[in-house]
Amino acid sequence: MESKKTIRNLLGIVVCMFAFGWLLIPIYDVFCEITGLNGKVTGPSFLSESSKAMEQREVLIQFMTHNNESMPWTFESEEVQMRIMTGSQQEAIFVFKNTTDREMIGQVIPSVSPGRGAEYFHKTECFCFERQTLAAGERIELPVRFIVDPALPKEIGSLSLGYTLFDITDQFTKKDKIANL
Amino acid sequence: MSTVVETHDHGHHGPAKGLTRWLFTTNHKDIGTLYLWFSFLMLFIGGSMAMVIRAELFQPGLQIVQPEFFNQMTTNHGLIMVFGVIMPAFVGLANWMLPMQIGAPDMALPRLNNLSFWLLPMAFGILISTLFMPEGGPNFGWTFYAPLSTTYAPSTVNFFIFSVHIMGISSILGSINIITTIFNMRAPGMTLMKMPLFVWSWLITAYLLIAVMPVLAGVVTMMLMDINFGTSFFNAAGGGDPVLFQHVFWFFGHPEVYIMILPAFGIVSHIIETFSRKPIFGYSSMVYAMASIAVLSFVVWAHHMFTVGMPLAGELFFMYSTMLIAIPTGVKVFNWIATMFRGSITFETPMLFAIAFVALFTIGGFSGLMLAIVPADFQYHDTYFVVAHFHYVLVPGALFGIISGVYYWLPKWTGNMYDEILGKTHFWLTFFSVNLTFFPMHFVGLAGMPRRYPDYALQFADFNMLISVGAFIFGLTQLLFLFIVIKSIRGGKKARAEVWEGAENLGLEWTIDSPAPYHTFTVQPQVK
Amino acid sequence: MAVFADMSDANMAVGVTEVSKEIFDLHMLIFWVCVWIGVVVFGIMFWSLWKYRKSKGAIAADFDDNFWLEIGWTVAATLILVVIAIPSTTVMVKAYDDAEGEINIMVTGSQWKWHYKYLEDGISFYSNLSTPQEQIDNKMPKGEFYLKEVDQPLVIPINKRIRFLITGNDVIHSWWVPDFAVKQDAIPGFINTAWTNVPTPGIYRGNCTELCGIKHAFMPVVVRAVEQDEYDAFVAERILLAENEKMLTSKDWTAEELFERGESFYQTNCVACHQVNGQGIPPVFPALEGSQIVLNDAPRQIEILMEGVQGAAMASYADYSEVDIAAVITYTRQAWTNGENGDGVIVTPQDIVAYKNKIEL
Repeated sequence: MESKKTIRNLLGIVVCMFAFGWLLIPIYDVFCEITGLNGKVTGPSFLSESSKAMEQREVLIQFMTHNNESMPWTFESEEVQMRIMTGSQQEAIFVFKNTTDREMIGQVIPSVSPGRGAEYFHKTECFCFERQTLAAGERIELPVRFIVDPALPKEIGSLSLGYTLFDITDQFTKKDKIANL
Repeated sequence: MSTVVETHDHGHHGPAKGLTRWLFTTNHKDIGTLYLWFSFLMLFIGGSMAMVIRAELFQPGLQIVQPEFFNQMTTNHGLIMVFGVIMPAFVGLANWMLPMQIGAPDMALPRLNNLSFWLLPMAFGILISTLFMPEGGPNFGWTFYAPLSTTYAPSTVNFFIFSVHIMGISSILGSINIITTIFNMRAPGMTLMKMPLFVWSWLITAYLLIAVMPVLAGVVTMMLMDINFGTSFFNAAGGGDPVLFQHVFWFFGHPEVYIMILPAFGIVSHIIETFSRKPIFGYSSMVYAMASIAVLSFVVWAHHMFTVGMPLAGELFFMYSTMLIAIPTGVKVFNWIATMFRGSITFETPMLFAIAFVALFTIGGFSGLMLAIVPADFQYHDTYFVVAHFHYVLVPGALFGIISGVYYWLPKWTGNMYDEILGKTHFWLTFFSVNLTFFPMHFVGLAGMPRRYPDYALQFADFNMLISVGAFIFGLTQLLFLFIVIKSIRGGKKARAEVWEGAENLGLEWTIDSPAPYHTFTVQPQVK
Repeated sequence: MAVFADMSDANMAVGVTEVSKEIFDLHMLIFWVCVWIGVVVFGIMFWSLWKYRKSKGAIAADFDDNFWLEIGWTVAATLILVVIAIPSTTVMVKAYDDAEGEINIMVTGSQWKWHYKYLEDGISFYSNLSTPQEQIDNKMPKGEFYLKEVDQPLVIPINKRIRFLITGNDVIHSWWVPDFAVKQDAIPGFINTAWTNVPTPGIYRGNCTELCGIKHAFMPVVVRAVEQDEYDAFVAERILLAENEKMLTSKDWTAEELFERGESFYQTNCVACHQVNGQGIPPVFPALEGSQIVLNDAPRQIEILMEGVQGAAMASYADYSEVDIAAVITYTRQAWTNGENGDGVIVTPQDIVAYKNKIEL
């Protein structure tokens, strides 16, 4: 019956659209990476040759730290803001302290504002997206080393870097439990 | 349009007897009836939730319910009306009318049709039962944004997700059935551009459904995984993004709202044509307009997210694409009016609802245009202005389309004319109360009242009281509608095959007896 | 046009900033365009319905298309949209300006309060709804600013470019001040920016505009814009307050002083969940009256206040001063019937300091 062909094609569309829904995840990530939308910055990145040759200018960089929910650690940046020149290597120090009496794991998620400035913020070293395990009472200092690309559009006079610290201890104890099943 | 060779059906056997008839039926008329009664029941259930909401909002302060329960009411009112009333009602009308309008004996896949229906009571049974569970039902809005609906949701969210999956499967199977029927079972001579507009509207709607319901299935599955399996699709801690949820949801959500209005466009075209005694103006433009609305609906989704922090270019793109949809929609409105112009018009109940549809849906369209303007939307977003907009396009829009279709085709289904005086009474009471309920919402939203609020500042009190009064009248009036429908099933002035003057040339459904025999068009008609 | 601006109970706020006024004007422009289109379209429709009634003998024509007419109205509609799109785009570009702010304020939305942190001056505070629960429960008449008042508004100077850096602490919230036409979602893990420059001193009230749970309607936004010298005084005062808190921590508190201070803190920060009578809303919000921890386990109670409870709604209050934490714990241990039934232990600010120190290396 000719209906069978129609039905097969329609089911095909259904399957493809279901797959497309899932593909939206990586598509979204790629799109955000390319355009820096959403202030998402993933990992270290470096200056291009043409950028290195561009004129430098002063930019204000602000650091904001924030603990998500009830994350009890102390999490602060030593400098709240700094005026720096584009094209030059910079460093900002962040202090982490586990103020509880048990070992915990934290993870910092960065966010850059304005979003389209994210692609011009090159981090050569950062603790973002890395698991930080701190013993009870332990305190550490970690740097973010970065260079602001001289190609940063003129309209952007300051970049605000937000760092949100999440408590991910449970996710690892849960996973261990599942692994042991 | 076309002339038709008369065929009279002599049914080989009538319907089965007893309750099992309804459980096992594969007859499109029976299944249409099941969908319509189901959606009518859901109208009263979802409507009761609205009454709870409006009772609480009658005055400032918390009097009747606490915010915990109020949030469950707003969430389930939305879910039930969208997935349990509007969509099933249109599917019910499709089931009843599509085969008859194309001269086919039934739908292409009658047993699948039965399954598609019976999945719905199952899905809604699960959803509504969550309201009686200790943690309460879903309370995160019908749009269920993460992480409120994932990390912070009651554990009943898993039932909610299961229920949404079942509803989705029902819609997808139903749409496959509809498209297959329309493509493969039209009477000889009925080319695509000779199809009735209701058939066209459903062809397009069915394609939208199979395109976007799987995306909804994907997003609720991602939610399920985030909640139960430690993934981080929407959880920033794990590198995910709550805004991603919104993008994927609205990629489904925007076409969904066109799914909820396109069939109404088809119905209203038929009714205006019939009662103006004049062919619909611009048939092909009507088809192209519906198709362009459907296509455009895929590229406007982020207009629901203008305050989420998108970059300027993104916001402007979605502003322009959203404004563009006004054009094909406007074309349809102009065509309906051009049909009335220099017609010969009578004002039976279906026509009253159809005229109100054109006027009030257009008002909803105006507020939609205002919402499209991004900087202005900063002041409208998440306020009652949005609530006003979507209720105008859904209640005097989609629901009036359904009601007018029911009045229009009820004599064909039952063989009896409904009571015209009662019908007109139902219309005027509904028209008055719908406007009393939803028009002031524009004002209260502009003045600054946010949505999903169980309590509000004093300057919003007067309008809220008016709105609540309107809502109570509207709710009670639909009991009159129930009475009218039951009365017409039980008896009334006998309806001819044609039912409405001059309708015989307007569609194949008017060439068969009223009530339509259990099996129709067992021999295919020839269409010229 | 002016009469519509005055109808503040039925129309958008004109607001006090340049951007808000331009947005208002844009809103009115689109509104009037829609009104005129409506007048024309509905006019033709209602006229047709009246003139072409069959009951008055109208005979139907049989035309069903008109190519040039259709092209005409399609082009007209498109042109109207283009005309609207132009000012919309200009206002949008202006509102989206990304320049540096003279003052940068981090705005954090939590369930169910706002937190403000001034990046340059280092001061920060929570802003809670201050409408008494009795008004909400209809036991008292409602005040003029019912649900639109807070204990500590955001204070900003006039005529300075203020940049807001907005994030969420748990679920998505949204920070809206109609008079500034600023609305941005507060998303956990992400920073959104907004800006304003307020020329007129005054108090400006807004709301949370993204469903965030049960107290979504109960976390208003209140901003006080003041002259520069008043702002400077405010900042100085808050810096002093923070220093005083530090001093107060080392003073010797009596149980009565702690109780009084704790009661006030409890009314502002705890009644939403644990209720005025300490009964809570079990199982989600435990009762404090009769609770074993509150009666007999001060160390655990301190731990809960300092760290929150994993997997439950109870957040950490470690951001608050040692004085406040000690006071509210002492209050709960003495309030209702707990005073008679408990172990009588009170908690002092020094105990909180000791807790913090004990777990330092």
